Amino acid sequence: MLHAQNVGKSFTLHTQGSVTIPVFQGVEFTLSAGECIALTGESGSGKSTFMRMLYANYTCSEGSIKVFHDGDWLDITTASPHSILEVRKRTMGYVSQFLRVIPRVPTLEIVAEPLVALGTAREIAMDKARDLLTRLRIPERLWQLSPLTFSGGEQQRVNIARGFIADYPVMLLDEPTASLDAQNRATVLALIEEAKGRGAAIAGIFHDHETRDAVCTGSFDVTSFKVGAND
Amino acid sequence: MTQMTDPLLRVNNLTMMYGDRVGCKDVSFELRPGEVLGIVGESGSGKSTLLRSISAQQEPTKGTVEYHTRIDGVRDVYQMSEAQRRLLMRTDWAFVHQNPRDGLRMNVSAGANIGERLMAIGDRHYANIRSNADSWLGKVEIASERLDDLPSTFSGGMQQRLQIARNLVTSPRLVFMDEPTGGLDVSVQARLLDLLRGLVHDLNLAVIIVTHDLAVARLLSHRLMVMQQGKVIEHGLTDQVLDDPQHPYTQLLVSSILQN
Repeated sequence: MLHAQNVGKSFTLHTQGSVTIPVFQGVEFTLSAGECIALTGESGSGKSTFMRMLYANYTCSEGSIKVFHDGDWLDITTASPHSILEVRKRTMGYVSQFLRVIPRVPTLEIVAEPLVALGTAREIAMDKARDLLTRLRIPERLWQLSPLTFSGGEQQRVNIARGFIADYPVMLLDEPTASLDAQNRATVLALIEEAKGRGAAIAGIFHDHETRDAVCTGSFDVTSFKVGAND
Repeated sequence: MTQMTDPLLRVNNLTMMYGDRVGCKDVSFELRPGEVLGIVGESGSGKSTLLRSISAQQEPTKGTVEYHTRIDGVRDVYQMSEAQRRLLMRTDWAFVHQNPRDGLRMNVSAGANIGERLMAIGDRHYANIRSNADSWLGKVEIASERLDDLPSTFSGGMQQRLQIARNLVTSPRLVFMDEPTGGLDVSVQARLLDLLRGLVHDLNLAVIIVTHDLAVARLLSHRLMVMQQGKVIEHGLTDQVLDDPQHPYTQLLVSSILQN
């Protein structure tokens, strides 16, 4: 579903004397339907950076990242913004660590939005949002409020509900279980299992071994592609 | 759904010179229905000049602005007759100014401000106009009983929402916005952003929005164009430009935001 070939990435910091920081070179990564691959490597090794590249949030300096979208392979490193937005709308979901929303919009709407954008009837999308919020133990009295007033853990669960509401063929999860209690972590693991069950291709960053061992079918160590790793 | 539709607007090598001074230079892009393009850059970078040249308010020195009209297909905006261009500007296009006073008539009622655009396209049925105006007040969250009040009695946020209602009542397909959240305090700004995003989605509007507020640009626009000294120095997917900026000036702009 996702195929990265010979991918390289460096950052050039023009505001700091134009220093160039090489990050990756020669990354080869394949993600197939029904798989859940853990991206591993110590803190600061670039796991999130790599995930952002897969989502086209970061550009690549070289190589290609192809996504199977609408029955065809699309290279997101060269695709137009319009195509990338289409990929994100219908093919690739991303649960980030941050919730970025317009203030004032109710939680229920925020969670239902990706499904509404796909053309699902509003009431069906709302029902599914209610169901997910219930499973993730967000009290009903909060549903009509903006999540910007919530605690960090609650915001993260809203983010997860939003990320899992549509059945994306490819899913990227950046620390979906960080700062969750045991019960909610179990719910997230169940959601991941259900996504795998319907054939989603998943790449995730998980901070704890238990989560990784519970849901992952394989792992991918990003450190082996760090620039200078094999010198 | 909306994929692969023809562009609504096509701007080619647009250049505006003020004598020897560059207003904007060699700007080209396309915009499709439902697409929101943000233009950011510091004061004097040419954002507003570009907006005025695209929106037929100021003829450019060089370059073309092509628009897919409802009736005549693709037309060069500056090749139209003055009458055709005026009709386009008050029906299919809308312009939301930073200062509502520039976009409203302050000495007639809120209802008349909305009704005026309808009358300009030939609507003469008073009751229709009034009920249409009333329904638009509702959409922009202004109470019906304010229909006969003068805009000068409204708060800044309400005036801005009234300006939006006045503009959208003719069902335009392309909306130009110049710092629409500019003079508003933060809570009012949030309400306006929410409203704008809803309207853009529900009405499938194409929008060109000039702003210096990168948070506004992130929340509203699909694509972002960064301008410096009249030139577009970076143009791409909004979150890519803001999170992984390539050009030195964009990096400076992004790194200068105060965190809260």
